[in-house]
Amino acid sequence: MYALLILVPLASSIILNLLPKGVNKRIAFGLSLALSFLQALFIFFPACPVWKTGARTLESVFRFNFFIDNLTSVMLLCISIVVFVTLLASRKFIESGEKRGSFINVILVALIGMNGAVLTRDIFSLYVFLEITAVSSFILIALDKDILAFEGAFKYIVFSAVASVLMLAAISLLLLLTGSTDFNVIHALFKMQPAHNALVILAVGLFLCGLFIKAGLMPFHGWLPDAYSSAPAHISVLLAGVVTKVAGIYALIRIIVSVLGFTAAVQSVLLLTAALSVILGAIASLTQSDFRRMLAYSSISQVGYIVLGLGSGTALGIAGAIFHIFNHATFKSLLFVNCASVEKQTGIRDMRSLSGLAQRMPVTGVTSVIGSLSCAGIPPLAGFWSKLMIIIALWMEGYRVYAFIAILGSLLTLAYFLYLQRSIFFGKLNPEFKDIKEAGFALTFPAILLTAIIILVGLAAPLLLEKQIFTLNSIWGG
Amino acid sequence: MSLDLLIYLALTIAALWTVMTRSLLRSAIGLALVSAILTIIIFRLNAPLAGVFELSVCAGLIPVLFVSVVSLTQPYTHQEIIERMKSMFTRFRFLPLIVIAVGLALGLLSLKPETSLPLPADGKDVRFVLWHLRRFDLLGQMIVLLTGVFGVVILFKERKKSG
Repeated sequence: MYALLILVPLASSIILNLLPKGVNKRIAFGLSLALSFLQALFIFFPACPVWKTGARTLESVFRFNFFIDNLTSVMLLCISIVVFVTLLASRKFIESGEKRGSFINVILVALIGMNGAVLTRDIFSLYVFLEITAVSSFILIALDKDILAFEGAFKYIVFSAVASVLMLAAISLLLLLTGSTDFNVIHALFKMQPAHNALVILAVGLFLCGLFIKAGLMPFHGWLPDAYSSAPAHISVLLAGVVTKVAGIYALIRIIVSVLGFTAAVQSVLLLTAALSVILGAIASLTQSDFRRMLAYSSISQVGYIVLGLGSGTALGIAGAIFHIFNHATFKSLLFVNCASVEKQTGIRDMRSLSGLAQRMPVTGVTSVIGSLSCAGIPPLAGFWSKLMIIIALWMEGYRVYAFIAILGSLLTLAYFLYLQRSIFFGKLNPEFKDIKEAGFALTFPAILLTAIIILVGLAAPLLLEKQIFTLNSIWGG
Repeated sequence: MSLDLLIYLALTIAALWTVMTRSLLRSAIGLALVSAILTIIIFRLNAPLAGVFELSVCAGLIPVLFVSVVSLTQPYTHQEIIERMKSMFTRFRFLPLIVIAVGLALGLLSLKPETSLPLPADGKDVRFVLWHLRRFDLLGQMIVLLTGVFGVVILFKERKKSG
């Protein structure tokens, strides 16, 4: 049944290309929007009989073994939300019909890649689907064909290629050591391998380096600010909201928790890298004057929190990490949507040239405040709960220095977001912008939707944490 | 053993030529050469079907894809290439020394790590593996290839028209 999440976007992409151009132009956008919405429905109601229509015939041809647990569900939900928002935002930025067709084709491929990476239970398949996600991301970044976008895409290609080589080498070693690429088989055999086996250490090290590059953690982050800031505005929403989370963070959590297992050395590496990312990402954000670059460095810092939660090695820490993935997908997508609105209406990204925009763009102003506060971990918004869980997990495991770093990072986050708010939305309105208005439904609706999710999830967090979606028994139990 | 060493040496030289050559076209041909030499290694490791895949896809299809992309782009002038090469050589002039020093250091350390391996996986027929066990990968690999081609078309074809 879960094969539908791969096969339906694939079939849609093929059908859209076979249709006459006029028909394609009319239905492509609506179809892709409906697909992302249906994916969210599928996650909430997986037992609904609608999904089973014809599923048996499909499953007889495409017999795939998938890994379904709560982490998978959270990731699939994040993917559907962010793809939905990206598609809506694209209406404002892609004018020509032909370009929109290309964009929708690539977005469907990215959807296949991300869904496949999240669903697979095999490390080589994970690699293949991460490559699909990466290749579609290169194309999306360079879609506007300006020189900066090509430069950003090229940097991403180079870093991604290095990460791919490292991961492939690690997969080869794991295959040599265990004779399998299946998560469960490797996990079972790894328990029997001597911990000092040089090949095991080498495989784990290579895999971690590859995934750190994909996740954009410091000091492997060189590609990320350029890719985020040079991509078209609506593509930044997708990249920051979900692509790097699936390609780097999801894969990291899955590989550590379900395949390699925790060791003291792995935890030390995770915690150290995460702490570096939290602090240096936040400090780098404070020094930026470009709206999007600030958000890019902020992403590095927030990804650090996710890895801190993972590095704690406890169920609570991992639950916090996964909850923060979801929260980051929503608040960072929201902030990038806000950035897209400002950029579209003013043509400026330099925060020093902007002031008092909340007077003319109240929806963008208010939603950006909510997004910023959630990112800084202010209660009762969603970001507060995930950060709290991560900090408590670190404290309970005795990693008090790292817990302190997490709190310090939150204060720095609040500082750079206050600077951002003061520079762009508050203060005296720059007379140059006295006639501007909101960017329109395509950008205000996603902003309102994401804000509602942040507030509702924040208010209902204690309840949600007990429900199926955020409990981690199925992950922790292996 | 000596033949294997020669093959590895040839592989290294071909790989270096691929990344150092001034012409993008020659670089694509160099890549095909690397894959062809790699195919010999794979054949010598008794994996003929993997060798055939390497030869047909990596030495055949991929370089063709690269050559078609190169033909769609506007290359640098000869002078620009010389300048870029000079800058590259200046930037990486210490790299060979570092590689040799690291190699010597590792050699002197004479590390004997624990690298014992379990028995290899049971020898299933490669056709069975491909069509029954790796269906999901195959689908993924087809999508990667098609996406690459699609990307080349939408990013570079129009660029040539406008240029």
